[in-house]
Amino acid sequence: MIVASVSRSDWIELAYIVAIVCFILALRFLSNPAHARKGNWIGAFGMAVAIVATFFIAGLKNIPAIIIVMAIAAPVGAYAARAVKMTAMPQMVALFNGVGGGAAALISLADFHERAPAPDRLALSTSVAVVLSALIGSISFMGSMVAFAKLQELIGGRPIQYPGQQYANLTLMGAIVGLSIAIIAGYEHQWVLGVIIIGSLAFGALFVLPIGGADMPVVIALLNAFTGVATALTGFVLHQNVLIVSGMLVGASGTLLTLMMARAMGRSVANVLFGAFGTLQVTAAQVEAAGGAVRPTTPEDVAVMLAYGQRVVIVPGYGLAVAQAQHAVRELATELEKKGVDVKYAIHPVAGRMPGHMNVLLAEANVPYDQLKEMEEINPAFDQTDVALVIGANDVTNPAARNDPGSPIYGMPILNVDHAQNVVVLKRSMNPGFAGIDNPLFVDPKTVMLFGDAKSSVEKLVSAVKQV
Amino acid sequence: MNTSFLIELTVLILAAFLGVEVISKVPTLLHTPLMSGTNAIHGIVLVGAIVVAGIPGQPLWLHIVTLAAVALGTGNVVGGFVVTDRMLEMFKRRKPTPAEEAEQQK
Repeated sequence: MIVASVSRSDWIELAYIVAIVCFILALRFLSNPAHARKGNWIGAFGMAVAIVATFFIAGLKNIPAIIIVMAIAAPVGAYAARAVKMTAMPQMVALFNGVGGGAAALISLADFHERAPAPDRLALSTSVAVVLSALIGSISFMGSMVAFAKLQELIGGRPIQYPGQQYANLTLMGAIVGLSIAIIAGYEHQWVLGVIIIGSLAFGALFVLPIGGADMPVVIALLNAFTGVATALTGFVLHQNVLIVSGMLVGASGTLLTLMMARAMGRSVANVLFGAFGTLQVTAAQVEAAGGAVRPTTPEDVAVMLAYGQRVVIVPGYGLAVAQAQHAVRELATELEKKGVDVKYAIHPVAGRMPGHMNVLLAEANVPYDQLKEMEEINPAFDQTDVALVIGANDVTNPAARNDPGSPIYGMPILNVDHAQNVVVLKRSMNPGFAGIDNPLFVDPKTVMLFGDAKSSVEKLVSAVKQV
Repeated sequence: MNTSFLIELTVLILAAFLGVEVISKVPTLLHTPLMSGTNAIHGIVLVGAIVVAGIPGQPLWLHIVTLAAVALGTGNVVGGFVVTDRMLEMFKRRKPTPAEEAEQQK
């Protein structure tokens, strides 16, 4: 396979450099929400330049077939991206992530077929890159597909576990690594790479299946890093710097996000991935010890409390996304602002199912982004807050993370809603949160509970506030 | 080790440091668009897919594999950029109230 490396003219290489610069600019523009959209278009322009340039590679065959496939796939991608609801965004991100990883794995498979078995052994750097991009790309593809299925609720979002799971996964990984070493050591047969790919696909599925919904932000960020790295490795296989740089930018981004998300949970990445968090249970006794019974309330009472408060902080969680209550929440905030109440939103980094989930959701409902406050910024403000309105959030507000060393989430940084004068929790029913942990906040003497579907509860609040 | 590999390795490592540098400046507010934007960028894998799909004389099964890679890469690129654009379009600053606007004009 000499096509890729030798017959690219300098002009094509220059076009690739233009693309690289565009991608870096696209990421730089993301540092400010006012310019971010422009940056995305610069990135898209760079991508177009790189793709068009690729067609000028001398000796490239099958061009009509390639263009036909692209002409079919492009509108499908665009349609999916346009049609998807904002609440389905985590699934969509997982899906696009997966297809990239899948493409990387298929490319190594094809490249390996061209090269091997060859009379001369492959260069060590090439065989390592081929094997690793097939392996990581396949894990990313299947892992993303399982994450997609979980988020789309095609399969249950709760952790799926069985005895000996970790050993089964380790054995499978051991087998994959063994076969990889065989190829690298010179046993360059296609069937081996095929088995590696099938094994990695299975591993990707088994690796994501036991991870619960609340840990999804870490998983999605990690899979994002995997696809980036797989792309960079493909660049080593094909000797294309543009793939190496772009892939590694994504790899760095995904890794950074993974670490940030894990830190926001107060746990290590390994603990999130292999910790089997969902099985931990807290007894009801601990909740009772915290202060007794919950106090249900009515929308009318809450409306009075909100309308006569000066500062209200809304704390959204995944429940808000599930109930699609973001527009109703925005309406409630508008009504309160009309009455002179200061309204802000407190965003926990891991609220929702992917990094930044709550921000996109509320932005969709036209909440101005200067009202969306990060945890570090809003936490000191809870002491001066009259009402903290918790909507569909649970673990990220759980004071046990601060106070109770026995709690499975002890050490996780939380939103200090219990420091507010009053706390109102909107909740579907008295079930524990997704991580399966009871929340002493619910029985705090300052807390009242408004039970029911988040959307209809908020709508009731809106009409009650109007009448105050 | 050959020179071309060493150059590629240098590029990889520099890109990693550059990536960390640039991405640590992205506010948490934009973490979802960051994920979907980087998703679009790794769609560059399409360039690799086009190259392998353009290798002459492939058996049919490999032809199907490489064209599948082209399809996945294309969906990745187009969908990635469109979704990111849709998200970023939604992020708006608060409209200043009439009083604040008067303040600014002074």
